[in-house]
Amino acid sequence: MFAWTLEKGLINKNKMNNNLYKYILGIADNCLILGQRLGELCGHGPSLETDIACTNIALDLLGQVRSYYQYAGHIEGQGKSEDDIAMLRPEREYVNTLLVEQPNTDFAYTMARQFLFDAYHYMFLERLQSSTDETLAAIANKSIKEVSYHLRFSSDWVKRLGDGTQESHVKMQDAINTLWCYTDELFHQTDADAEMIKNGIGVDTFALKDDYYNRVSEVLKEATLEVPASKYFQKGGKQGIHTEHLGYLLADMQYMQRAFPNMEW
Amino acid sequence: MIVAEQHIDEKLIGILAQVSDPEIPVLSILDMGVVRSAEIIEGEVFVSITPTYSGCPAMDVIGDDITSALRKEGYKSSVKLVLSPAWTTDWITEKGRRALEEYGIAAPLEAEADKEALLDGKKRVKCTNCGSKNTKLVSQFGSTACKALFKCEDCLEPFDYFKCLK
Repeated sequence: MFAWTLEKGLINKNKMNNNLYKYILGIADNCLILGQRLGELCGHGPSLETDIACTNIALDLLGQVRSYYQYAGHIEGQGKSEDDIAMLRPEREYVNTLLVEQPNTDFAYTMARQFLFDAYHYMFLERLQSSTDETLAAIANKSIKEVSYHLRFSSDWVKRLGDGTQESHVKMQDAINTLWCYTDELFHQTDADAEMIKNGIGVDTFALKDDYYNRVSEVLKEATLEVPASKYFQKGGKQGIHTEHLGYLLADMQYMQRAFPNMEW
Repeated sequence: MIVAEQHIDEKLIGILAQVSDPEIPVLSILDMGVVRSAEIIEGEVFVSITPTYSGCPAMDVIGDDITSALRKEGYKSSVKLVLSPAWTTDWITEKGRRALEEYGIAAPLEAEADKEALLDGKKRVKCTNCGSKNTKLVSQFGSTACKALFKCEDCLEPFDYFKCLK
């Protein structure tokens, strides 16, 4: 395969840095797992248009993940390829948030999950563009253009289903209520995150939180949905403690690499 | 409009102009604006290309096609992908925009009109078949990540619209 090469000068500036490696995976794993979830809908979307849209978004996320993993591989310095990082880790080593691994229960869940993530992802990338790490800033600058389309699409569907028929309203409210408990984790900071924020590489997620809930609430209100009042939040993904759903997802995603190690096409 | 420097050695323009985007064969990669630099250093050609979208599967093919086009002319080459500055539809040349339209893909509008067409259902995109502006968005995402699907309400033909990316 034609390798995607990042600017060498940018890489050498950052010597092997374990916290930076962890920080990159924290961003990238969200994109990989959500991309895989959306990819499951290929040929199974509720309509041709939404099927294509979900897989297009998946493709954007997987494209972004390639850049992150290639950079992570360089930072780690052990010669790992993007495929090694994507395919050859056990469940506990994935540090994606719990939100993105939740299943495609129905289309309302798929769109609610997408919206709750996109709103965060967009704000996060907005800030990451001014990271002192030039490679991360470049990836963010590229990705945010794509993510602005994702956010438009998912916001649109939250409104359409929320303010749609009685049945679509109930389903969207149910999805928002169920997924709400995973939103707080998006802002959680690990020790590696904290160090990256301190040295100007990372994004201070605490500073995004109020704005996130305000923006999300605005869309929910427009969609005639109630903003959940629950303050019970679940986390663990960023420490590698996942919901039961991730194991199944990985079993599916990693199957070919496990069955035929080092296969390529 | 984002102005990014582009360095292409004049001797290479003719060769690179023969390489096209596999998804849009009428459009050369030069008119697409994906080639950011092409230089000859001690007999070897170094080419930098930038992806239209991060996940664009055409980039792998474009990279291979560049290498083989240069090899035919006797050049050894190395192609790399650069992410910054990020590609924008402003980099599609005037010739490129015409080629898109002739191929049946509506060229990207300015950011504001693009938003109105994609979000507010306003009639801004011109049908590539009959030229009518009486068109309707069918899907914000089309056959590839860079396009949206439209339908003309006058001639009833469906067509792709190249989304504005800035």
